[in-house]
Amino acid sequence: MATTEVERRRGQLAALSIAVVVVVVGVPLWWRTTETYRAWLPVSQILELAKLQLHLSADVEVVFARGTVTPEQQKKFPLTQTQDEEHPVDEETALRYRYETRYRTATVMEEDALNKPTAAEADLSLHTLSESPCGSLVVYVIPESSSLLPEDVNVYVGQRRTALLRGDAQMRAGKTLEQLLAQVQPGIKRVLQVMSFNHADITAALSDRVRFNPGSKESIADSMRAFKSSPGYEITFSLLNPDPKSHRLHWDIEGAVQTFIQPLLKKLSPVSNFSIDSQTLYYAMLGVNPRFDTGLSAFTLNADSLAHVINPVEARLGSNAASSNPVLNFLLYVPDAHHSPLLIQDHKKQEAPSNAFHSPRWGGIMVYNVDSFYGPEPEFPVDIDINMAKVMGVFLAQLRLLLGVQSSTPPPGFLIAPCSRTGLADWELDRLMWSRSVENVATATTTITSLAQLLDQIGNIVINDNIAQQVSSAVTSLQLAVAELEAGNLGFALQYSKEAILASEKAFFDPSLLHLLYFPDDQKFAIYIPLFLPMCVPILLSLLKILSELRQKYKEKQAKKD
Amino acid sequence: MKILTLLSFFATHPLTNSINLEEQTAQFFSSGHTNNWAVLVCTSRFWFNYRHVANTLSVYRSVKRLGIPDSHIVLMLADDMACNHRNPKPATVFSHKNMELNVYGDDVEVDYRGYEVTVENFLRVLTGRLPPSTPRSKRLLSDDRSNILIYLTGHGGNGFLKFQDSEEISNVELADAFEQMWQKRRYNELLFIIDTCQGASMYERFYSPNLMALASSQVGEDSLSHQPDLAIGVHLMDRYTFYLLEFLEDIHPASKSNMNDLFKVCPKSQCVSTPGHRTDLFLRDPGSVLITDFFGSVRKIEITMEAVNLTGPVQAVEESPVTGEANKELYSYVDQLPVSEIIHQKPKQRDWHPPDGFILGLWSLILLVFFKTYGMKHLKHIF
Repeated sequence: MATTEVERRRGQLAALSIAVVVVVVGVPLWWRTTETYRAWLPVSQILELAKLQLHLSADVEVVFARGTVTPEQQKKFPLTQTQDEEHPVDEETALRYRYETRYRTATVMEEDALNKPTAAEADLSLHTLSESPCGSLVVYVIPESSSLLPEDVNVYVGQRRTALLRGDAQMRAGKTLEQLLAQVQPGIKRVLQVMSFNHADITAALSDRVRFNPGSKESIADSMRAFKSSPGYEITFSLLNPDPKSHRLHWDIEGAVQTFIQPLLKKLSPVSNFSIDSQTLYYAMLGVNPRFDTGLSAFTLNADSLAHVINPVEARLGSNAASSNPVLNFLLYVPDAHHSPLLIQDHKKQEAPSNAFHSPRWGGIMVYNVDSFYGPEPEFPVDIDINMAKVMGVFLAQLRLLLGVQSSTPPPGFLIAPCSRTGLADWELDRLMWSRSVENVATATTTITSLAQLLDQIGNIVINDNIAQQVSSAVTSLQLAVAELEAGNLGFALQYSKEAILASEKAFFDPSLLHLLYFPDDQKFAIYIPLFLPMCVPILLSLLKILSELRQKYKEKQAKKD
Repeated sequence: MKILTLLSFFATHPLTNSINLEEQTAQFFSSGHTNNWAVLVCTSRFWFNYRHVANTLSVYRSVKRLGIPDSHIVLMLADDMACNHRNPKPATVFSHKNMELNVYGDDVEVDYRGYEVTVENFLRVLTGRLPPSTPRSKRLLSDDRSNILIYLTGHGGNGFLKFQDSEEISNVELADAFEQMWQKRRYNELLFIIDTCQGASMYERFYSPNLMALASSQVGEDSLSHQPDLAIGVHLMDRYTFYLLEFLEDIHPASKSNMNDLFKVCPKSQCVSTPGHRTDLFLRDPGSVLITDFFGSVRKIEITMEAVNLTGPVQAVEESPVTGEANKELYSYVDQLPVSEIIHQKPKQRDWHPPDGFILGLWSLILLVFFKTYGMKHLKHIF
């Protein structure tokens, strides 16, 4: 009897100790060995960034020339005003524009500059006087009677960061300062819409976050045409010679790129890097048959057939790109002798002045007719030196369009100075920097938030230390970029936004984040049950047996008591 | 009376002309895409799955014919048909009975071949999570204005697709991959075509916007193959893809057929299975979506109106004397494999190594058996 009691005791102790070992040692061990390594991510900061509040601020200096303000009004200057505009875009994104306007009167040297005969010369001498920092503007209000601007032009936009605004006659008429300012505000506002950031551009730049934004047709076309912000671009210039038997073409592409394109790219270097190469393709046909127009005595390609030109050519264009950067292709096509001259017509059957066309997010093609180079008795092959200035002029215009530099048509009454030698005005660069910074910040925040969401949802992905580090640095750069935008430091904001985007893309596209570990629940059970069930069943049964014995004993004790 | 009708005819003509113009400008904005990509995957290998490779190659041909360049096509094939030992016509893959159309050739650019066609690589291509050393041709470099065509064919089941007889991709994984593409704005619109058994189960779980899906059969049905070729000995194509290709042969780059025509391809009478499609996640009306929006690559064109006025001479690029010499070096090919040296080589003298474990074990086994059989007394003869 005693032995069975001892045996039973022993059995119970054994079962209990096994259960204790399984629970205390086994379960934590299994948990630790099957968990995936997940480095810590700053999730709370990421969630904060998900609600993007962008504050853009621009500094404007309004200079009143002599003859636009009365002496009493002059006494109140210099005066600083701040204007805030709130634009909620959607529930996650809100924009606030701040304009810090400083009003003052013109200095003597500025007055001298404004007395120059033409607006272009005035602009030239004005910006030798002072250098406006990145992102700021100077608007000179000149009297209505001034002869600087032609008749129907109210605003002249210079090549740097200055504009000349023609004042109204009523401005002077003995009003108070507030009324004067109220009169001049709309004009300045219009200038700001053209030269600085405007709502349409900024909301287009936010297209990554705010997907279905029905903007105007022009803004949709603009956003479709320009390349998205990228840390680098590859530009390829190709010369297509379908008829080497008739034409021996010489183009000084290196010199032309050095003279005409490099200044623009150097100016754009804070925005992104560029790499250029060039090639010549022989026997490359266009792939569409041009029609001979007897009226013009030339061959014509109309706009509908242009769409089918690019694909056959693209298959033959080599690419030197060793990176994943977007490629811009600029093709110069010299038609063969049997199809010269070749003219491009638009939908309205009118000739294109530049004889060139471009495709959004791809590049441009220019047709260069050489039949004017034939002498009286042409002996084929004819040696032809291509006029690179004309060609590069067209390519530069197309490059500006494709990079998003070109603005849409200015409002009436505006006269914009023609492109400088570099092909890019300072205020255009500022606009590009504004929209690129906003675009980078928007893209980086969406990337980081979707990455955090993804990693949260899928518990099986391993998060390595380097990914966590990239995410943290992206978050820091984003916070700095937003702060710099608010402070109005455009250069720093762009730099931080570029860093943020690089870090966030690196983290998101890290090859180790591939989720191949999709286990449906029934598969998980199917794996664990054959391992654990045979082990757990005896333990559970013995535990149950111990419990039932205890209960019986307790009942007996109760019965004995009673 | 006649003059009146004539006049009215002439009056409406310019009206329709301007409406035409409006339509054309509207076309620019209607589709919202600027480039096209195609990801064509054949998930089977082995000779008896000839038809899957022929399916994929035929779609590849059509897509190339309609304009998408090789640089924008990611083709994943096991590529073991053309040079298979059992192929009576080597270096060919036929897609039509009586060997009418050879879809293989020297301009077929296969990006992932053989054992590289795995679920992991497929998902990596879709989500973009490739190692940095991957070349451009193996990447899907799409942006937010790309329309992507994805074509999958092989053996499938309810909710999964078998890859190369060793692994499978589930519909949940595919839906998650598309969601990750959407999050990173890697597509504008996506057309998903699948030609497998129970193909409709693969698009059941999609939840990202702007996806349109077509499948060759519903859940519970099998997709059948089309015609066997008696000379080659295998079925050459699947029914759905065969009729799909017949439909695509009528499409040229300027055609205006829309998706509703594509949904009618291969009715039950021809296909035996019921093709299905899913358009609820797609924002535009399928009737306004052109076939060439996905299968072709029609570029949008704008005439360049202005040119920058550039003057001045072109500066010659100065060659600094230091780099001048470096530029003059001629490039030459690396020495190819020195075949003549190799074949006339004497065999190398290899160092002597003591016999390894296997030989030792074998000899000890032989000795053991010998002594067991004939007795230990023979041992003294050896030692």
